[in-house]
Amino acid sequence: MIILWGFLQALIFPGFLFLSVYALFAEWLDRKLFAQMQNRIGPPLIQPLADTIKLFSKETIIPKAVQAGLFTLLPYFSFAAVVTSFLFVPVYATPAISSFPGDLVIVAYLLTIPTLVLSLAGWSSDSTYSILGGIRALTQLFAYEVPFFLALFTPALLLGTWNISEIAARLPGYLLANPFYFIPVLISFLVGIVALQGKLERKPFDIPDAETEIVAGPFTEYSGRLLAIFRLSIDMEMVCGASLLAALFLGGPQPFISWMPGIISYLLKTLAIIFILAYIKAAVGRIRIDQMIRFGWQILAPLSLVGMLMVVLFQKGGLI
Amino acid sequence: MSERMILPIGPQHPLLKEPIHFKFTIEGELIVEAEIRMGYNHRGIEKAAEERTYLQDLYLTERICGICSHVHATNFAQATEEIMGLQIPPRAAYLRVVVGELERIHSHLLWLGVAGHEVGYDTLFMVSWRDREIAQDLLEIITGNRVNYGMNTLGGVRKDLDAEQIDQTRKGLQELAERTLYYGNVVSNETTFIARVANVGVLPKEVAYSSGAVGPTARGSGLDYDVRKHLPYAAYGEIPFEVVTSPRGDVLGRALVRVGELLESVKIIRYCLDHLPDGPIAVKAPRKVPVGEAVSRYEAPRGECIHYVRSNGSDKPSRVKVRAPTMGNLASIRHCLLNQQVADIPIILAAIDPCFSCTDRTVMLVKEGTREAEVMGWEELRLRSIARRPI
Repeated sequence: MIILWGFLQALIFPGFLFLSVYALFAEWLDRKLFAQMQNRIGPPLIQPLADTIKLFSKETIIPKAVQAGLFTLLPYFSFAAVVTSFLFVPVYATPAISSFPGDLVIVAYLLTIPTLVLSLAGWSSDSTYSILGGIRALTQLFAYEVPFFLALFTPALLLGTWNISEIAARLPGYLLANPFYFIPVLISFLVGIVALQGKLERKPFDIPDAETEIVAGPFTEYSGRLLAIFRLSIDMEMVCGASLLAALFLGGPQPFISWMPGIISYLLKTLAIIFILAYIKAAVGRIRIDQMIRFGWQILAPLSLVGMLMVVLFQKGGLI
Repeated sequence: MSERMILPIGPQHPLLKEPIHFKFTIEGELIVEAEIRMGYNHRGIEKAAEERTYLQDLYLTERICGICSHVHATNFAQATEEIMGLQIPPRAAYLRVVVGELERIHSHLLWLGVAGHEVGYDTLFMVSWRDREIAQDLLEIITGNRVNYGMNTLGGVRKDLDAEQIDQTRKGLQELAERTLYYGNVVSNETTFIARVANVGVLPKEVAYSSGAVGPTARGSGLDYDVRKHLPYAAYGEIPFEVVTSPRGDVLGRALVRVGELLESVKIIRYCLDHLPDGPIAVKAPRKVPVGEAVSRYEAPRGECIHYVRSNGSDKPSRVKVRAPTMGNLASIRHCLLNQQVADIPIILAAIDPCFSCTDRTVMLVKEGTREAEVMGWEELRLRSIARRPI
């Protein structure tokens, strides 16, 4: 019975099915907000689902020159990694469905896989645009990944635990008790948001699939079902990233008001993060890959280090 | 990375609005060689113009370009009027300027949006195209059409402005001026936009001059050349305005020139509306055109546009030659592209505001290494044009 219950949780709520639905909703919200900010109407609610169904029903073309096995497998690999990572993120209550000391490291690495898959997909596609996109995806990884990890590890360092659920449960109370720590946590949160924008390859960091330069980058040769899986996995990655940030910095399902159910609190927090992501997307243009690297190492990495350093100094120096 | 790759762009590519082919040799992200190949969109308009009467040609030339339609129609009308020895009434000259400047406003706002899109700044694209609608609505109020205005006729213009239209135009201009100031602010202050256009696609003044660049491309490199100022046509000789130039020479310089020209255009239209002379809007043009030839120049939004018309005394021109501004600017593109990043290709190409279909001519392919070209005679061309199946 317990096994069945665990299975249901992983597959339906808050696992796979919930993640799929929420990912499609998040894509719609993102597109709608983006459109509204640009003075457009935007897509109807059902559009992402309709897109997915349409792609699933279309022919999947596998070019002759590619390694068919790798080419076909890669989207599923990315998909699986993202879905797995979601199991460790608390949704309606802490702890999450699956939780063990050190799951933060697992989730951080699982969320790196889609980028690696993307660059592999670019390489295996055997098209100039895809290869360039793949190189760019990998180059970009070096710019945002280190700041992203450092930002994620700041609350872990603060509370002395590597467990996402435990951080989500304890951080709000800890911050209220020690308000000085608001500063490093806020800095890390901002770094995390910007790095997440890079991780999801959204403006200003949509360099690997810059439409006007290299068509669709690594996705150029993908079509039909495989493209649908890729798109879905990227939508899910957005939800996972937002949930992870919400859990690590905003307390995840911890309610603001005592009577509020955990799931509502979680949804509000993740939607707020998606709103910020859409706002950044609307407010800026795309930068170049060299500017991205410079930005990553000259601004993001030092900022995340400052956040971390403040935590260490406050704790060791006994300032509080 | 020292491995060289060929990056083909076009004739079908999301970056291009019209078919043209570029072959870039790249090392990593750096462009080391750029080849331009045209000829995908030749429409034979010059030849078609020889088959039609002058009045029909006026409407044919208007359809050379969807954006600078008034440019080509006015230019052709000017050349024909010169052969005929016609002097258009002052009111007609002012009205031509009003429509021409409104066209410049809508063209430059369109460019601003395209430039934003090319650097991934889609919000600028959406918002500037929304405001471009104001200019298009004004054109519709004045001429009755949004794109091909049909405003010109040989000897003047076809529609007059009444007090109500002038009033509406003033209101629209007020809004356009406010929005343009805002865009000027965005273009010169938004960090990501600046990062993508400053010091990109640099065209030194000397190269701009020697490669024959025209319009905002030349003025963005500090060349003070504007047909409206230096060889005034229509009513430009009487209208005070500034030629906007920028010494920067990069894409940002060209963007700043265009924003500056938007504000100047608003000023020019306001001056025209304030000083609109009374009188007829057209004089009657003779049916027969005397033997002769004429060259007419016009400062299109993209640069100097030249029309050459030759008459043999019949009711049809014996030769019409169009030099669209993109032809002048195309030669400078290669210089701008070399040693730039792949990511900068779209914005560098967009910076000259290309209009390839206006420029395109028949292209003869020469076999590599030889000078042998496949030449098609009239017979074969005719055969191909009437063949049901491809030969």
